[in-house]
This record gives sequence, C-alpha cells and structure tokens, in this order.
Amino acid sequence: MTESIVRALKCRECGQEYPIEPTHVCEFCFGPLEVVYDYEKLEGVFTRELIESRPQTMWRYKELLPIDGEPTVGAQNGYTPLVRAKRLEKVLGVKELYIKNDSVCYPTLSFKDRVVSVALSKAVEFGFTTVACASTGNLAGSVAANAAAAGLESYVFIPHDLEQGKVLGAGIFGTNIIGIKGAYDDVNRLCSEVAGKYGWAFVNVNVRPFYAEGSKSLAYEVMEQLGWKAPKHVVVPMASGSLCTKVDKAIKEFIKLGLIEDNSTAVYGAQATGCSPIAKSVKDGTDMIHPVRADTIAKSLAIGNPADGYYANRVIKESGGWAEDISDEEVVAAMKLLAETEGIFAETAGGVTLGCAMKMIESGKLPRDESIVLCITGNGLKTQEAIVDAISKPRIINASLKEFDVLAEADGVADA
Amino acid sequence: MSVTVRIPTPLRKLTGGSDEITVDGTTVGDVIESLESAHPGLKERICDDAGEIRRFVNVYVNDEDVRFLEGRATALKDGDELSIVPAIAGGC
Repeated sequence: MTESIVRALKCRECGQEYPIEPTHVCEFCFGPLEVVYDYEKLEGVFTRELIESRPQTMWRYKELLPIDGEPTVGAQNGYTPLVRAKRLEKVLGVKELYIKNDSVCYPTLSFKDRVVSVALSKAVEFGFTTVACASTGNLAGSVAANAAAAGLESYVFIPHDLEQGKVLGAGIFGTNIIGIKGAYDDVNRLCSEVAGKYGWAFVNVNVRPFYAEGSKSLAYEVMEQLGWKAPKHVVVPMASGSLCTKVDKAIKEFIKLGLIEDNSTAVYGAQATGCSPIAKSVKDGTDMIHPVRADTIAKSLAIGNPADGYYANRVIKESGGWAEDISDEEVVAAMKLLAETEGIFAETAGGVTLGCAMKMIESGKLPRDESIVLCITGNGLKTQEAIVDAISKPRIINASLKEFDVLAEADGVADA
Repeated sequence: MSVTVRIPTPLRKLTGGSDEITVDGTTVGDVIESLESAHPGLKERICDDAGEIRRFVNVYVNDEDVRFLEGRATALKDGDELSIVPAIAGGC
C-alpha cells in the first residue's frame, strides 16, 4: 500500500488550507473546500501497469481518492462500460462517439454510487455511525443502499414530489426517508441546517469535499477504457455543476501523473431549459449564476441554485467547451433515441446529455470528426413517469395463432 | 426592527458558539452591519470587498432566497427570520 498523498482541504477562493476533517466551508471567506494532493509522491509508483493489475472497480485508482487505506464501503462500486455508439454515430452524423454508461453502476444504477462509497468510507474513518444526504433521488438510493450494506444508520431527505422509482429505490433499504414540501433547493437549505445540529455525516454537506472527489473515477475509467487517452470532447449533465469540474480535474491529474498525453479535452455541460442557470451563464458570456426556480422533468438535475455553477462555468470556458439546454420534449425524444439505437435506457438526465450534445453538433459547437464521450449518469427505470406516455403500449391479443397472424400481416411480416 | 438570524456552524466561532442572534435592522444590508457590530468579522465572511453577498453564500428571509427578493436592499419587518447558508451540492 502506497502512502496517502492527500495533503489537506483547501479553500477554492482564498487558498487557506485545513486539516482533513468533516468540514466543507472556509472559516475565513466561506468559500468551498476541496481536497488537494501531493502528486509528486506518486511519481514512478502509480503506473498504468499497477492500475491494470487491480480488480475492475473504481478503487483501482484509490491513490487519487481521499481515503486512508482500503475502502470500507462500496468496495465493488464503479467500473461501468464505455460503449462505442456506432448506431448513434450514424444518426448524429459523427465519426467517433462513446457512451460512458453509469446507468448500470453498482449497486444502485447511478454514478452516485461512486461519490457515496468515498463519502461513506470517509465517514466510517471519521467515526460516524449515521449518514445522511439531501437528494434529488439517485443520491438517496445510493446512500440508503451503501449504508445498509455497511451497517450504518441513514437519513435521506428528498423533495416530496420525486418519481416513485426513486422513492422506492431508497425506501427498500430501510432508510429513514424524509420528504420535504418544497423543491430540492429547499431540501438543501434544511439539510445544511440539520447538518449543523446533528452529529451525522451529511455526504453533500460536511463530508462534501471527499464525496465530490468520487466523481473523478468516472473520468479515470473513460481514459483507461479509451486506451489511456482522454477524449477530445466530453459532455456531462449539470445540476450543481460538480461532475463537470471533477471530470476536468481527473483529466488534469492523469496528465500530471504521465498516465496520458494532453489531448486538449473540452468539457461541455448539459441542462434542461426548465433549470439551466449554468448553461445560461455560459451562453450569456458571464460568470454570474442567477438562481432559478426549477421546473423540468429532469428532476435529478433540478437544482436552481447550483453550488458549483461558477466553477463549472469556468471549466467549460477554459477548456474550450460550451453549454446547452433543451426542452422536456427534447429530453424524452433523446431518451428514446438512445434506447432505440444503443439499447441503453437512461434516466431523464441522460436524455438531457444526449439532447444537448445533438443540439451542439447541429450548431457546430461539437465537431463531427473528433472523439466525443457522453456521460450517462442514471437509469431510466427510475424515471418512468417521464416517458410513460411517449412509448408504445403492448397490443393485447388472445393466445391464438390466428389473432397473431392478423397482427403480423398488418405489420407486413411474412411467415417463413 | 428586531430580527432573528440563524448562524451556520462555520460562523459560530465568531458568535461565541451562538446559533441564533437577535439584531436590529430595516434591510438585509442593515442586519449584516448590525451583525458586524455585535460580532466583528462576520461581515467579511458573508460579503465580498464590494459589500455584495458572496456568490457561495445564500441568505434567506423567512425561507425565501434574497436573490429572489431585493438582495441586500430587501426590507425587513419585526420578527423576520434570516438564515445564512453556505452553498452545498447534490445532483450531478
């Protein structure tokens, strides 16, 4: 086991450093804290060969995740398929397109299993026995499941009107599930006050700096799966904007460690028009994020007051990317297209990612002749309400060959 | 005009551990000045050099984000409750 390279928590605004503790904001300027590392300690030690020799989980990159030693929660999580999307390439008229398919992430079918395994492993290290979160749904399920498997008590706070699939997908694990009358931003505000009062590890409040680092594993995997190469373009869904910044950080880390060449990767953000404060700021050419009241079927992205919006905006601009937003109808159409061309049933956020990518290909923001990776972060089985009216219903017949023959003839299907 | 301000954990070192403070003020900006008089150092945590509320700090009046009201100029009435909440994450 190599020595931990985690150096400190550092304020993203004023640069003040803090010891590794369950805390998330700077005492001096209130800026958000981020985990920083001493990368030089990994020189010559953290090699492609070492990584390739390890089990196929997100923990094959454990040196770059902020835990001490081995993970105690979610040791099997991550390492999802990177799919070459040949059929979708034809429809979109692009040369090289990949889907990073976190809709099949273990164990709860969203990329949140990555961040949660880091957050809960860290919570155990800190000595917490109860874990909690504010969630738009996927996080609630992931915290509940991973806490159950680790024998931790959990409280999950969600907006009261979430999709049934997400409510059930958390409740089944025996968690304490609290529905808040209000939008996610209201849940978030309550949770930051609850976190100050109860001695729990709130994954996206007091252990957030560690939690957020888990997202980097998605990008590490993409680079390894592309044959130790970063894509030219990567499109990510944005709610708080955190994933966008962590994908960028992961790519820069691999370059710094000599694991890949710099491919000048551009990062693109995707939002639903009904909640697009970050995309709007990019398109308006400003770094001011104006909070909005979210109204979209893409509930996992419905954060009107995005905590990392400013940083996501900066990553997008500095990397040479762009941001886009699409209507709820376009979200549904893109979910269907992804399913019908690639056999991948993504949640609404996946529709947002693909739909926005299509819009940026049309507008020329995304070039057709260079590699593009779309990050699909959640599973469509959890957001069935969004598409229930848009898909064809089964045609009901009796168990009679004659009746089927009539149906087949109407479809123009010839018998053998 | 007396209002109650809920103080988040990271700022309680400046308030001697108090999680709620009652101060006077007719606007949000006034209240921030009153907080500063009572507990020096609070204002620079909440506001930037230009006096604007920092972008990663959220101030709520009775559960409404002041960005949806009139920011620092938001008028207050007796008994209003202010919350100061650092921005946090969730979703992607």
